[in-house]
Amino acid sequence: MTELTLVQAVNRGLAEAMRRDPNVLVLGEDVGVNGGVFRATDGLLKEFGEERVLDTPLSETGIVGTAIGMALYGLKPVAEIQFLDFIYPAFDQIVSELAKFRYRSGGQYPCPVVIRTPYGGGIKGGLYHSQSTEAYFCHTAGLKVVIPSTPADAKGLLLTAIQDEDPVMFLEPKRIYRSVSGEVPDGDVRVPFGRARLVRDGTDVSIFAYGAMVPVASEAADTLAAEGISAEVIDLRSLVPLDEAAAVASVEKTGRAVIVHEAARFCGFGAELAALLAEKALYSLKAPIARVTGYDTPFPYALEHLYLPNAARVAHAARETVRSG
Amino acid sequence: MNSGASSTGTRSPPSAPAVSLTPAELLESYKTMVLSRATDERCLTLQRQGRIGFYVPASGQEAAQVGCARALSGDDWIFPAYREIGVALARGVSLERLFDQFIGNSGDLSKGRQMPNHYGFREQRFVTASSPIGTQITQAVGAAIAARRKRDPIVTVTFFGDGATSSNDFHAGLNFAGVYRAPTIFFCQNNQWAISLPREKQTRSATLAEKAHAYGFDGVVVDGTDLEAVYGAVATARARALAGQGPTLIEAQVYRFGPHSTSDDPHRYRTDAEVAHWKETDPVQRLKQRLSAAGQLDEPRDQMLWEAARGEVSRALEAAERRPPVEPASFFDDVFARPTPRLEAERAEFDALVQQGVVKP
Ligand SMILES: Cc1ncc(C[n+]2csc(CCOP(=O)(O)OP(=O)(O)O)c2C)c(N)n1
Repeated sequence: MTELTLVQAVNRGLAEAMRRDPNVLVLGEDVGVNGGVFRATDGLLKEFGEERVLDTPLSETGIVGTAIGMALYGLKPVAEIQFLDFIYPAFDQIVSELAKFRYRSGGQYPCPVVIRTPYGGGIKGGLYHSQSTEAYFCHTAGLKVVIPSTPADAKGLLLTAIQDEDPVMFLEPKRIYRSVSGEVPDGDVRVPFGRARLVRDGTDVSIFAYGAMVPVASEAADTLAAEGISAEVIDLRSLVPLDEAAAVASVEKTGRAVIVHEAARFCGFGAELAALLAEKALYSLKAPIARVTGYDTPFPYALEHLYLPNAARVAHAARETVRSG
Repeated sequence: MNSGASSTGTRSPPSAPAVSLTPAELLESYKTMVLSRATDERCLTLQRQGRIGFYVPASGQEAAQVGCARALSGDDWIFPAYREIGVALARGVSLERLFDQFIGNSGDLSKGRQMPNHYGFREQRFVTASSPIGTQITQAVGAAIAARRKRDPIVTVTFFGDGATSSNDFHAGLNFAGVYRAPTIFFCQNNQWAISLPREKQTRSATLAEKAHAYGFDGVVVDGTDLEAVYGAVATARARALAGQGPTLIEAQVYRFGPHSTSDDPHRYRTDAEVAHWKETDPVQRLKQRLSAAGQLDEPRDQMLWEAARGEVSRALEAAERRPPVEPASFFDDVFARPTPRLEAERAEFDALVQQGVVKP
């Protein structure tokens, strides 16, 4: 075990995978000499050299398209997109190509590319350094989407992603890159996809969150505990595939659900989860499902503290669900 | 670096500009460059003090920016990236408005929506910038085609860096401009670095300007530390565009003296010696020497100019810091021309949260 921050854990995960498998390589803007603008790839160039750590020209479609070609030919590319906000020049490669290669070739051409990218707000990044657009990718069949909220999961899920046979969008909550640290197992210890993490056991209400909203949900649970409300906190961590059983079981136990994400509410991931709970756990629900999310506006700069969900908003919503049924 | 503009093309080399800057205009340009530099210096400190959140310095690029802006008409449209403070100042944007934007207060025309340096000023035909690299390039081409359709005798000018020449929009923009002979000037400030990527790793092309040839029009390289050379190249490109001779790509060779932004540590990827070497051709010093040689500037006068610039920066900053913040619920505005019922409901929900003390503005 080693105490690491979340971004250090990403770094260790990459190094671990590269040491084990010479087919693993990383590519992206500023990932080599600079070690990545968030330092996620710090030291990799030195250890693995220019053939396995590629500083690319400024082109996301170039990064993802070449990563696809590398994967088709048998390498295991881990592409970094500097910010999720800048992924759109590669959207065509991701949605039309990466997600569909296996399917359109009848399984002849699997395409195991990992795309790592920091996402989310809380760093005063304004419109284009803050967005949480995970739903675009969740909506695209053929892509797995995972989001760690702890250093151990960052490393463990990344190792799983790199070994996975399918493309994986690996979204890193940049706001807690350095503010969270924790014990991380040494070596090739993987965290499986499709399993939610129980952060805190509770009986009155289930709070579902992922990424940087997990600490916010936990803080809300502390507040609620002081008021005698027992909140269960569940870190979804793997949006595709989703741990449906864990979500349903939790609501069957508590009878109430609050879904938290930074992304805009309309057609956000919470809508999918709420639909799932309505389909599979309606008769357990004692109160309407609540969503605490970003608003349906672009992400503001000066007022981001009012836009982003905080613990007070989450606790407020949980209290309302408890009060209403 | 070469001095003056040199065409790397084989077709119709640009002729000498019909006009050059008068002594008074040169001095005006110098004042703008000093103001731009003084703002940079102050803002780097302000960011460290937490008084502004972020900053993108333009030091080293002042002659390129001011020289280009000077060669344009006030009716020409600017499609900037995020590093063009010299252009904004030369277009007459006030320093107060810029500081309002850096702070994101109620005086900010963009209502506190964007990070510092991502501003826009409709009155000055300066289109509001975004962060994604290169997106403005195709837009400038579209605006140029529109202006021609409306018979408006203007050009559009788009600013971008060496890194942006790898973007989708650079290639699409040049191609469209070539096909439609759009009256657009592609003004590339090659400051040698795209964050940590040096120019020679961005493209195998010997120059960025030569990329224009593949799209069927002229590309010229100009020494971007030489205000008059830049002015001449832009004036020529502008005259050609208005005469229906199509677009031009201008590569202004400069150097980014400071970090990419206040989030960047250039020591990780470049040496102090390299920076020192390029600082020997500091565009501000260069113009100062030119003005001194012409008898238009001496040390005491220069000192006065600098003091005036620094004073102007301080006054603009203080005024901006006194201005009230943006209204809390204002982030719901401008999503659409008129809010949808859903947005109105969310706004009411937000107001209720504020009233109940759940959210504290
Ligand atoms: C599409 C996109 N990808 C990545 C980034 C992150 N980024 C911001 S500035 C920059 C380098 C830009 O270099 P250049 O075009 O040379 O302009 P300069 O900043 O040097 O003026 C990068 C990679 C971005 N803003 N947009």
